[in-house]
Amino acid sequence: MKRIDLLICCGSGCVSAGSLKIKNKFIELLEANDLRSEVNIIETGCMGPCDFGPVMMVYPEGVFYQKVTVDDVEEIVTEHFLKGRPVQRLMVTEDDKLKATKKEIPFYQKQVKVALENCGHIDPESMDEYIATGGFEAIGKVLSEMSQQETIDVVKDSGLRGRGGGGFPTGLKWQFGFNNKADQKYIICNADEGDPGAFMDRSLLEGDPYRVIEGMMIAAYAIGASRGYFYIRAEYPLAIKRIKLAMEQMREVGLLGDNIFGSAFSFDAEVRTGAGAFVCGEETALIHSIEGMRGQPTPKPPFPAERGLWDKPTVVNNVETLANLTSIYNKGAEWFASMGVGKSKGTKVFALTGDVKNTGLVEVPMGITLRDLIFEVGGGITNGRKFKAVQLGGPSGGCLTEKDLDTPITYESLLEKGAMMGSGGVIVMNDTNCMVNVAKFFLDFSVEESCGKCFPCRLGLKQMYGIMENITSGKGKEGDIEELIRLGNDIKKASLCGLGQTAPNPVLSTIRYFREEYDAHIKNKSCPAKVCTSLIHFDIDKSKCIGCSLCARKCPVNCITGNREDKYTIHQLDCIKCGNCDDVCPVHAVNIIPGMHYETLSAVQPTKKDTY
Amino acid sequence: MKTLADLRKIREKAQQDMKLRNAGSRFKIVVGMGTSGIAMGAREVMKTFLDEIATRQIVDVVVSQTGEKGLSSMEPVVDIIEEGKETITYGNMNSEKVKRVVSEHIVNGQPVNDYIISRD
Repeated sequence: MKRIDLLICCGSGCVSAGSLKIKNKFIELLEANDLRSEVNIIETGCMGPCDFGPVMMVYPEGVFYQKVTVDDVEEIVTEHFLKGRPVQRLMVTEDDKLKATKKEIPFYQKQVKVALENCGHIDPESMDEYIATGGFEAIGKVLSEMSQQETIDVVKDSGLRGRGGGGFPTGLKWQFGFNNKADQKYIICNADEGDPGAFMDRSLLEGDPYRVIEGMMIAAYAIGASRGYFYIRAEYPLAIKRIKLAMEQMREVGLLGDNIFGSAFSFDAEVRTGAGAFVCGEETALIHSIEGMRGQPTPKPPFPAERGLWDKPTVVNNVETLANLTSIYNKGAEWFASMGVGKSKGTKVFALTGDVKNTGLVEVPMGITLRDLIFEVGGGITNGRKFKAVQLGGPSGGCLTEKDLDTPITYESLLEKGAMMGSGGVIVMNDTNCMVNVAKFFLDFSVEESCGKCFPCRLGLKQMYGIMENITSGKGKEGDIEELIRLGNDIKKASLCGLGQTAPNPVLSTIRYFREEYDAHIKNKSCPAKVCTSLIHFDIDKSKCIGCSLCARKCPVNCITGNREDKYTIHQLDCIKCGNCDDVCPVHAVNIIPGMHYETLSAVQPTKKDTY
Repeated sequence: MKTLADLRKIREKAQQDMKLRNAGSRFKIVVGMGTSGIAMGAREVMKTFLDEIATRQIVDVVVSQTGEKGLSSMEPVVDIIEEGKETITYGNMNSEKVKRVVSEHIVNGQPVNDYIISRD
């Protein structure tokens, strides 16, 4: 009999930090100590705090270990497993206080796990464990006790809205799908997660695949679909493997196939892999991709619920939306609607990244403030820096500043502030980030990912990018900001799909909140955050310089000259701003100064070619 | 699997395998695993507990271990902690005694007075 459950996080973050090697070491040492039969090793999905990885939990005590290395394994086995003395140095400490279990760790305290309930708690490759936590109860109940309309009404009452970004009410979408009569209907799970820094869909598919499939089955029953598709991008091989494995196991016991639970409902699903085009997250483009055509959007209407996959009524739901369903049917619509504020009900999974202490996967109730999310759950800004801005919703979203920190997070409040919920990527930035450069980065992404079908997006974004490029390289000119705003608004209005309609957001929102930084770049030729290399210069402080010549010898372009008596000088026109001199200076005499040096300033004038 | 009843049957069995991860157990058996405890055969005692519980298919019991209890002369020492009741400590345990403790204390709720060294 087993007396210890060892849960090792095998989410992608912890795997890349070495959790599989640690698992093998555990097996080896447990065998050596004759403990293999007493310890159950379980590979779970993402536990959340990726920054602490590799993480693991030991039950029955519920001890939480962080940053475990292969060398720590022996101590855990001999001290904890054999003698019952948990290894304190591997536990989380907060303000010098030891936090032995998950419940005590602040990162988890403000979180409410609904979609992620089982993620990091069960073995994602064991159907029995999913069943033990109440799995398939919801679909069983729905199939044996509820009509299709009743099933739809539960979701309507719960107030669940699409978690992929748009926030369209899920119940309404199903109603359209149900109302459109056809001999064949389809349900699609949209797992084409493309936002830079977002990984919640991947974690859900990897950590609790059965829940997503069960959610899809409920949706399929509600609208009357007998066939489902998981559209997962090919760079998520583990997610694809686990979903396929889960479906195989379900087929074996008759949970997928004909007459499920003895009802008239028959359903099966398959995985389609996407090649990683961002635009395929848009539902019409996604449908075309499944059909084998180019992944390009088409105008709506007709909406997919009317004419979707192979011209049949189709409902496309996001992974997280589907993952919420089982809990709604098990605990009731009122329970779900009791969380959140206004029209935003339930919880939302966010991928916290950037300059925040606890990066990772978190699930919080809707309506939580950004301050709680970043400073309580996220643990604040790293290295004691100051908070500057937070980018919500990836390349389609916008950034918010310090004064928005107390805004409750809802679909509406974020839209109003110029950002959007998006799929839930939260990128926290400290005061060393140049907002112009950040906006340029996201715009670059959208330019790359534009499918090229409609010209406002294809050409407009390129024009905007050109202007941003000029601004960050010191060729910005009066009127550029106004031109960016004009172009941005036109692109938003005239683009065909969500990509183009939202792509200018990062630029527009940074102009809205950080216009002075744009002004500094354009008028003063200066990057206050010292990020844009064209708009800074390096200078040697002669009073500090000891004349050691190290910088001159390390300079790749030989632009530093001098001698022991006269000290050293950087020749600005030749300097490529690589930063080598700063790195090697033993007395930190090299300063990075915002703004172009006057020597270079006079040399750079916009040429006709650079003018967009 | 054709009915909800089938599903619930599987769930019951599966929950047994996952009970370590749920806090709701009635008994907690804590075996002292200090150096002296191990030297006196605490490992054997713990293994017997695990075997007995498995063969009798007892679900609501969790076996765990702790460090030195300070009672070196009475090792192996075992605490039986029951929710809402006093903690019973047994001393000088061995495999035979464990079997009696499981059948009389854990199954029938009657602590084995012969082996008790303290109650608190």
